Amino acid sequence: MMSLGPYASFIVTSYAAAAIVVVMLIGWVVIDYRNQTARLRELDRSGVTRRSGRSATDTP
Amino acid sequence: MSLIDLANPTRFLALSARVLPWLAAATVILLTIGLYQSASAPDDYQQGATVKIMFIHVPNAWLSMFVWGVMSLASLGTLVWRHPLADVAAKAAAPIGASFTFLALLTGSLWGRPMWGTYWEWDARLTSVLILFLMYLGLMALWRAVEDPSRAARAAAVLTLVGALNLPIIKFSVDWWNTLHQPASVMRMGGSTLDKAFLVPLLVMAVAFTLLFVTLHLAAMRNEILRRRVRSLQMMQASQKAA
Repeated sequence: MMSLGPYASFIVTSYAAAAIVVVMLIGWVVIDYRNQTARLRELDRSGVTRRSGRSATDTP
Repeated sequence: MSLIDLANPTRFLALSARVLPWLAAATVILLTIGLYQSASAPDDYQQGATVKIMFIHVPNAWLSMFVWGVMSLASLGTLVWRHPLADVAAKAAAPIGASFTFLALLTGSLWGRPMWGTYWEWDARLTSVLILFLMYLGLMALWRAVEDPSRAARAAAVLTLVGALNLPIIKFSVDWWNTLHQPASVMRMGGSTLDKAFLVPLLVMAVAFTLLFVTLHLAAMRNEILRRRVRSLQMMQASQKAA
């Protein structure tokens, strides 16, 4: 077991905070992607197409 | 594929879809190596085990400035070349940069308490980084507040370039003023003053966090392009209904 000395709580809190923020950032991009693609699918179902004539969900 | 080709959002989406899984895998591998090396690094003769906070604090502090630098280049793209992806790049980077700056402030504070005896001191380095954090928040608020995306883009680009003046102040604050924060010990004339046992894990963590930024930034740019596509389609739908 790694010994972190008398200031272990400061070290552990730093790493835990970094982990929480990184997980929140990953969650943000994943959830946002799902939301945007769901809205595009909804628009596609309602018959709206892009000016190029491609479907709303068409991403090569 | 040339750089000009990437100016096309559709091509950018195709490229990001191919690159993102590889970038994510490289980030996970490098972060794992960096965390292992950080855990195995010896205690500092003065700071003891608290030196391990450096492996988190320094990469986040570097990235807090690097991301604003990326946003400044993107702002030039918005104002000078009106590059279609420039505002997308700047807007997508802001929340990520704000998060890194928040982590730099928080971990610096947690490192400062046992080493300096205080969580916070209004010295030049700490204060200028706090200003950077507030500028990130201000910029994000500006993008939300202005409804017209092209007006928001120009206003945000000007604010970003003005804010870039803070970057040299942050970097050289420890040289120009008498601060509680230590002077530069890695990127300095005459080379690093850090022992290899600390320098190697620090550099690995810095590259890992940079890769993390690139991965998150590409993903956030992809999302922003899709959000703009949703907005334009909704406007088309509304005008079709009105006609």
